[in-house]
Amino acid sequence: MSAYPKEYRNPLKKARGLGSAQHGVSHWWVQRVTAIALVGLGIWLVTLVLRVLHADYATARELVARPWNAVLLIAFVVTAFWHAVLGLQVVIEDYVHTRWKEATLLMAIKFVAVLATLAGVLAVLRIALGA
Amino acid sequence: MVTSILHRATGIALSVGLLLVAWGLIALAGGEERFGHFTAFVGSPIGIILMIGWSWSLFYHLCNGIRHLVQDGGYGYEIVQFVRSSWASIIVSLLLTAAVWAYVLTLGAAA
Repeated sequence: MSAYPKEYRNPLKKARGLGSAQHGVSHWWVQRVTAIALVGLGIWLVTLVLRVLHADYATARELVARPWNAVLLIAFVVTAFWHAVLGLQVVIEDYVHTRWKEATLLMAIKFVAVLATLAGVLAVLRIALGA
Repeated sequence: MVTSILHRATGIALSVGLLLVAWGLIALAGGEERFGHFTAFVGSPIGIILMIGWSWSLFYHLCNGIRHLVQDGGYGYEIVQFVRSSWASIIVSLLLTAAVWAYVLTLGAAA
């Protein structure tokens, strides 16, 4: 410290309002809850894809249209994109150190994920409802 | 160390793969021709290489994810256990990938 400090404001005053936004625990927890859900949903999706694999178009549609398959597919799409956004967010925050690039990427992955989720869910509903 | 960076790398790969799942569903809803474009891409040489990569990524992320959940519970932190479970994630994921592709190829031969 020099004899004449340039800054008279208490450091605590500057820190207030810029600290933890209190969302860290929720992020961590939702990442785990979606992970546990995806253990089951992921294994189920693999079995569904293996059944659709050599099916013709009508059979593939009929499989996806079954109520349980449609429900689980929607659950998978929503949970997986949610989990993906949380994971990508951590990677971006760890490796992208230019603030505007970081903020842009964080927003971009959310926009893409939300649009893809909505489009995927709408597609399953159209198939299930025969629209 | 390696398992941790692989968990992130496969996670990023799977995020892209998720867009392919969405594309597949949208194509299936959009009609037979659209779905034909999708299956043509997936069945092309590049598509098959990508599918092999994604299937292993899925199984690795799944196995190592379960490993991380166990560690979140406070278990498996002895160095011996930690290294052993790392290898388990890699080996089990490779076996699952091989099993799925063996099934796909034998089914393809039968069809």
